[in-house]
Amino acid sequence: MIQIENLSIEQGAFRLGEVSFAVPTGKYAVLMGPTGCGKTSLLEAIAGLRPVAGGRVRLGGREVTDLTPGDRGIGYVPQDAALFRTMTVYNHLAFALNLRGAARAAVRQRVTELADWLMITHLLYRRPVGLSGGEAQRVALGRALSFRPAYLLLDEPLSSLDEDTRGLLVELLNGLRKSAEVTVLHVTHNSAEADRLADVRFRMTDGQVVEG
Amino acid sequence: MTARGANARFYISLGLLGGVYVVLIVAMIGADLLFATPESLWEALKSPEIQYAIKLSLVSCLVTAVLSLWVAVPLGYLFSRTRFWGRPIIETIVDIPIVLPPLVIGLSLLILFQRPLGKWIEATTARQMGFLLTYVAIPMVAAVVFWPVLRRVARSHAFLYLPAVAVLVVVILRFSGLGGNLESSLQSRFGTRITFQIPSVIIAQFAVSCAFAVRTMRVTFDQISPRAENVALTLGCTRSQAFWNVALPESWRGLVSAGTIAWARALGEFGPILVFAGATRMRTEVLSTTVFLELSVGRLEAAIAVSLLMVIVAVVVLLLMRTFGLRGGPA
Repeated sequence: MIQIENLSIEQGAFRLGEVSFAVPTGKYAVLMGPTGCGKTSLLEAIAGLRPVAGGRVRLGGREVTDLTPGDRGIGYVPQDAALFRTMTVYNHLAFALNLRGAARAAVRQRVTELADWLMITHLLYRRPVGLSGGEAQRVALGRALSFRPAYLLLDEPLSSLDEDTRGLLVELLNGLRKSAEVTVLHVTHNSAEADRLADVRFRMTDGQVVEG
Repeated sequence: MTARGANARFYISLGLLGGVYVVLIVAMIGADLLFATPESLWEALKSPEIQYAIKLSLVSCLVTAVLSLWVAVPLGYLFSRTRFWGRPIIETIVDIPIVLPPLVIGLSLLILFQRPLGKWIEATTARQMGFLLTYVAIPMVAAVVFWPVLRRVARSHAFLYLPAVAVLVVVILRFSGLGGNLESSLQSRFGTRITFQIPSVIIAQFAVSCAFAVRTMRVTFDQISPRAENVALTLGCTRSQAFWNVALPESWRGLVSAGTIAWARALGEFGPILVFAGATRMRTEVLSTTVFLELSVGRLEAAIAVSLLMVIVAVVVLLLMRTFGLRGGPA
């Protein structure tokens, strides 16, 4: 379960007041809100990439507010995919496993499995330059899930994709939702995405997160 | 008037205004070319003094470029990625060599090495150079050379093995007897004071060139989004691993650019070298000093020939920079 308790963020002129909500284990939550309301800041704070002014973040009952991003065990897909420009797609999918000292055969097996599922096997030895938006997002998704995190944060992963590509990615995310292996918090401002994917829906208004 | 005609007039007037500068540069180089003959160029290149100057220029500029990168990468990264108290002051300090008259930099270096700290450094390099090279420089270089191997062997925290390799090399050198021989041979070969000796040429070049390298690296890291490094953090990297695995590889174009700029600045450096290193033939003479020395004794042909050599090198460096550094977006 992802539990956010009275979390507040202050960064320069930007301020997000005490926010509280919880995503049950294995559920796919969609957080909606207008552009610029602080959705990305909230995701970054949960991932440990942005300092918090107050409050707590708990993952599966364990408080992680003061842990480094790597120690939280969260997969994170930013809006622009943020791929590593000098690495091949294979190395993206192997990156987190190599960091953990996984055996070469295990890394290869996991990469193959992810590439099959994401339909990017033909791209494994390419670098990010020249990948389409949909391909880049699938690589970013694979990279975030490679080390089998229990939690996944998605920051508007479909916003820059055309209709066909979006359909494919929605299918993949739907598969992820049905497997219920990962607790997902998906941020978007598109209600159609929320309709197709959400187990639980949250709305961000006036610096507060409310269910529904 | 048609839209096409109006556009053409606009672009032509811009071209005419800017073209004045292009014409000036081409005219200067053209005048040099017309003045020099192939014989005078060949004659100059045959002179042992000028050959020494070419060699010293190439070696000192290379050392300066490497040292500049060594400093510019960490400083550029700090300026780009962190906000700390006093950062604007430190950034201003680093920019000082860019705006300071070159002669003042030379004079400041000369005075620095007349102070107790400078005198101590001079005494140390004169007596302990062999020791420093054997037990500090060689282990450090060994650690860097083995870095690519370490990264493959140690799948995580490879950077922790860097000091381990350095210490291992020190131990091997110390207890195999190799260190003693190496130390005395390096001492007799490189043991030297600094002022008016070869090290002063490198320090004078470094004092100016490094500032340009820092600027380049800072802009490079500014143009690389920190988001990829942030993702690397969520995947389990420490800040340092994210730097080595993501930021540094992505900055390779900037690295080439910064190294080339530092090298080119070092090649053109004259004022600080003249004051701090002197212009002694076959000792501290670099190409820019050669032009000055040849000119001062009235050998215009030789001065022009060396100038042309520097123009050729400058053009090659600029072409390299355009190929690697300034083309194809940031990094």
